[in-house]
Amino acid sequence: VTTTNALRMLFFSFFKTLVGKEIVVELKNDIAIRGTLQNIDQFLNIRLNDIHVIDDAKYPHLLSVKNCFIRGSVVRYVQLPAEHIDTELLQEATRREGQQNKK
Amino acid sequence: MSGLEEFVDQTVQIATNDGRIIVGMLKGFDQLTNVILDECHERVYSSTQGVDQVVLGLYIVRGDNIAIIGLIDEQKDSKINLSQLRAEPLKPVVH
Repeated sequence: VTTTNALRMLFFSFFKTLVGKEIVVELKNDIAIRGTLQNIDQFLNIRLNDIHVIDDAKYPHLLSVKNCFIRGSVVRYVQLPAEHIDTELLQEATRREGQQNKK
Repeated sequence: MSGLEEFVDQTVQIATNDGRIIVGMLKGFDQLTNVILDECHERVYSSTQGVDQVVLGLYIVRGDNIAIIGLIDEQKDSKINLSQLRAEPLKPVVH
């Protein structure tokens, strides 16, 4: 159990560095929402501000919503701005976690 | 906590895992995202008819079943003509 907890903290810390950036969250019910990452918690629940639903003609259900909370369990993908991510740093961090897990 | 505190005592819209939309006043929540909604109603979307609003009352919605909690912008909401709105209901969440 300690192994998966360590990896979860890694992604939590990673997402914290993205607060203030614009991301797109695709959910398991196929809705995709673009917004500014306002906050993230240990369950990877996502708070998004100033949202815009991708394909809002098909999904007008959220027309009156500007800010929202997305439950972590329902996220399929998070699309990130490539220019704000240090992929090498991420690779290193996950490699380290992986090595710790093997021990 | 990512902060549902900011939404308390305001009108929110919950998208559930089975594809429903429930609108109500957020009164409380917990770590598991269980939620208390006061004076809530369900908005039933249809591709053939306008949006139907079904009054529900005081509800506890279990966190397992919640996908999105959206803060309703009252100004934006009042501009929408629900009787003219046609849309397929939301798809259920598939894990």
